[in-house]
Amino acid sequence: MKKLLILSTALTGASFAANAQEVNVMSWGGAYAVSQVEAYHKPFTAATGITVVSIDADNPATPIKAQVEAGNVTIDVADVEYADAIRLCDEGLLEEIDMAMLPPAPDGTPAAEDFLPGAVTDCAVSTIVFSTVFAYDTTKFPEGPTTMADFFNMEKFPGKRGMRKGAKANLEMALMADGVPAADVYATLETPEGIDRAFGILDKIKTDTIWWEAGAQPPQLLADGEVAMTTAYNGRIFAAAVAEGKPFGTVWDGQVYEYDLFVIPKGAPNLEAAKQFITFATDTQRLADQAKWIAYGPARKSSGALVGMYQDGKTEMAPYMPTSAANLTNALASSYEFWVDRDTELNERFNAWLAAN
Amino acid sequence: MADITASEIPAGGLVTSDGRPLKTALADAQARAKRRAFLLVAPLLVFVVVTFIVPIGQMMHQSIYNDGFSANMPRITAWFAENPIGTEPDETAFEALALDVRDSAAAKTIGVVGTRVNYEMSGTRSLFTSTGRKAKDFSEPYHEALRAADAKWDNPELWATMRQVSRAYSPNFFLAALDLTRDTQGNIVRVPEERQVYVNLFIKTFGLGLLITFTCFLLGFPIAHLLAILPLRWSNLLMILVLLPFWTSLLVRTTSWMVLLQQQGVLNSLLVWSGIIGDDGRIQMIYNQTGTIIAMTHILLPFMILPLYSVMRPIPPSYVRAARSLGATSWTAFRRVYLPQTLPGIGAGSLLVFILAVGYYITPALVGGASGQLISNLIAFHMQDSLNWSLAAALAALLLAAVLVLYWLYDRLVGIDNLKLG
Amino acid sequence: MALPTYADPLEKIWYYTYRTICALIFIFLIAPILIVIPLSFNAEPYFTFTQKMLSFDPEGYSLRWYDLLLTQPGVPADVPRDAAWWARVWNEAAWINAAKNSVIIGFFSTIVAAALGTLAALGLSRPEMPYRRAIMAVLISPMIVPIIITATGLFFFYSNPCALISWTGLDQQCGRLAGTYFGVVLAHATLGIPFVIITVTATLVGFDQSLNRAAMSLGASPTTTFFKITMPLILPGVISGALFAFVTSFDEVVVVLFVAAHDQQTIPRQMWNGIREQISPAILSVATILVIVSVGLLAMVELLRRRSERLRGVTPH
Repeated sequence: MKKLLILSTALTGASFAANAQEVNVMSWGGAYAVSQVEAYHKPFTAATGITVVSIDADNPATPIKAQVEAGNVTIDVADVEYADAIRLCDEGLLEEIDMAMLPPAPDGTPAAEDFLPGAVTDCAVSTIVFSTVFAYDTTKFPEGPTTMADFFNMEKFPGKRGMRKGAKANLEMALMADGVPAADVYATLETPEGIDRAFGILDKIKTDTIWWEAGAQPPQLLADGEVAMTTAYNGRIFAAAVAEGKPFGTVWDGQVYEYDLFVIPKGAPNLEAAKQFITFATDTQRLADQAKWIAYGPARKSSGALVGMYQDGKTEMAPYMPTSAANLTNALASSYEFWVDRDTELNERFNAWLAAN
Repeated sequence: MADITASEIPAGGLVTSDGRPLKTALADAQARAKRRAFLLVAPLLVFVVVTFIVPIGQMMHQSIYNDGFSANMPRITAWFAENPIGTEPDETAFEALALDVRDSAAAKTIGVVGTRVNYEMSGTRSLFTSTGRKAKDFSEPYHEALRAADAKWDNPELWATMRQVSRAYSPNFFLAALDLTRDTQGNIVRVPEERQVYVNLFIKTFGLGLLITFTCFLLGFPIAHLLAILPLRWSNLLMILVLLPFWTSLLVRTTSWMVLLQQQGVLNSLLVWSGIIGDDGRIQMIYNQTGTIIAMTHILLPFMILPLYSVMRPIPPSYVRAARSLGATSWTAFRRVYLPQTLPGIGAGSLLVFILAVGYYITPALVGGASGQLISNLIAFHMQDSLNWSLAAALAALLLAAVLVLYWLYDRLVGIDNLKLG
Repeated sequence: MALPTYADPLEKIWYYTYRTICALIFIFLIAPILIVIPLSFNAEPYFTFTQKMLSFDPEGYSLRWYDLLLTQPGVPADVPRDAAWWARVWNEAAWINAAKNSVIIGFFSTIVAAALGTLAALGLSRPEMPYRRAIMAVLISPMIVPIIITATGLFFFYSNPCALISWTGLDQQCGRLAGTYFGVVLAHATLGIPFVIITVTATLVGFDQSLNRAAMSLGASPTTTFFKITMPLILPGVISGALFAFVTSFDEVVVVLFVAAHDQQTIPRQMWNGIREQISPAILSVATILVIVSVGLLAMVELLRRRSERLRGVTPH
């Protein structure tokens, strides 16, 4: 027993010792995590010798909130959505990030001016702009759906649907499908009738929908033929269609785009390394590099000019970016002001709606 | 051998060689043996208490204790304690509230407070967080200041809710777990219909548990019977087919069912290839209740077969033969002679399968889709996604109570010592 | 049991129908386990049989998914496979690391469960044992209590294991158990204990106590008696129990999801992540390996059972 205790203590010790030269980065898995590993993690390790451990989650905001509240933080850097970054910061669950630690643009423009408006907050630094779009199987619909309304049109486009299991982006898309102009979506959702209306639209496809949780699931569901159409993060569809040659089409009409940000949970075990990592990863070149791997727009103005080809060297990235002018004709910027306070309530309602048969 | 006469027996009764009365010596020896037996068990008992019973106890505590409001809103909590239920909030109350909101917002705990109130009254989290952002400029009169921040602060329902959550210990999470809530007067009422989730889910969990137990029985009985009547050489061989699934990883078996049942999967492809269904008529057999039922039946089937087999094996075949020779048809002989003797096995297997089924998590999570989720999955949801830990703990406590009742029943009817593993 | 000669036609029909039904149920039991094996050799990234596979075209089969287990996530696949490459695989491949963790955690938790469990089973099998039934019920309960409840309890307990003794002030030195190997080992040991207790007490039921008494009457000390007489006889039961405990740990995912950190990534957890995102045939190749492992373990337990029956002189009827 005594020997066992020593051994197990040694084991515990070993796991702590292993943490010494590490930074644990939690992100969304799949093609997105790959792009981060290629653009940030590998060069960071090469430059500093600090190992980056990449950890996947369906939505990192939830596990880091649980970790901080339980007093058991193992993550150093997490990649979260805007509304979550604001909310976690408000609740005191994140370390503050000093704008001064972020590197200026190559031409000397300070970070504060180089980042897109709102991209840096008290506790978070944006890396990319991503979008929730819907994608379809081009072998099933050669003509293809073209508008958000088509997604909810079961007569014209029969087949299973896939949607993210949660209220966010789904409610907006439902309203846009119902003819609400992008500019009025959040004003409509502010009213109880607007919310009922959005759920009413979701009702139309509820029985035919598979609800996904991890961002890697929708391209897989499409590829397996489990769904004919699904909402997805645009970069995942791009990765599957361009890198793997899958027959996927993306519909940009009604896309909901927003920032993704790096945050540091309060009590991160490797705080200094975490800060070092964020400083490194959010410089102009690194952000531009990420676009070589996935179709997300960099959050720095100075990075935009450096974005060129996909890593295969022949695919022009611009048409696949959520921020390209052609893709923005009917697009909605996700409102963090709306979601930061209503996330809990609307998800509660969404889950009750989902559970009711 | 010398005669022992009554006079030779000492006054205190029989004694041992060292002169102690036999009765005490025996009692001592008995106590020593008891102590020794107990000492052998003690280390494990301590281990299980520390790593299992205490954690579950801590979880139960979490189900009735939540200081998210009281710890961060001391002034208004004190006001509620001083003023009985039904007191109209006065300026003192509003002052306490406004200062608490201000301090809590500065300490970045207002989200915790709002979340706690929101558990009881949906839609209030944003009231606290948005007011918190304006709170640093609050000044007298505070009632006006709060009203200006948001008119909802005058809502009596909100005040009734805050009074409830100002007590750290409360049964409210158990009420929520039973789709109940309190109205402004503090009476227990059912929550509105569109928010009733848990009771139905408990019913569904137990319903599916029964269904799965029944399908296990339906499939397990013939197999156990066959194994019991075959010569041992053959039954041992076939038994391996029962035990192999039992020893195979749960995740492997669940994966296999995904491979078999999904739309592009083996079974659907087989049906399409044989022309039974068209290529566009592929059947949805997974990511719904059907998937949960099929996969769980497969996984729990050995737990039915093994107890049935161990009861059926010793039944002498001569009983049925005797019944036949007395003129019973084979059906009557089975129904009147064989079946009654297998009842203990049926009881043991069914109870075990049912107990395991109602607590299942992994399989429904992977193959259940939206409609095939059980109560365990909702506990996991509240633990990992909504982070309403107190509600998760309350749901877990209810599930635990149900399982313990079944466990007690099992012990009564079958006896835990009779639990067999192949 | 063969069909009796006096059977009437109806009974004959029923006899064969019954056998057919049983055969179908056996297929239901075993097919899902076998189906993953051929599919894991699929050359295409699908988990259904391709035309080439059905026509037994060698091109339809490949070992690419097994290869993936060695290279994911960052080991280059198309380089010469020298010692340095294998060293990288050993240190970097995610599945290899998961396997290492699974074996380490399984090994230690099995030792704890087997040692404490055997000791307790010896106590429980003594006729003098007080409160036998109640204690047995407590010790078996980790198998009965839904795993999600255990995991939830451990989640709270492990983030502050000394909350209960906070009044002593010692809790500050306590550290935490969440995210440590030690914590996972403790939890898995608890889950494995019921299996050890059940198998070892079952072995002790047929144990002839007079053997012990004979040894002691010949002058052996209790310790000698235990190691020379009792232990060899109950060893098969102890090993089967230990194997059960090992499999329990090796297959456990929920507790790991709740209390482990990424350092303690195990095979089931890696599979869980894989299944939730995408079942690529890589998962099926892991599944195939696990099926082979379980066949091996099952064979071992069967052999032990037979040996134990022979040793104890119990002949199967």
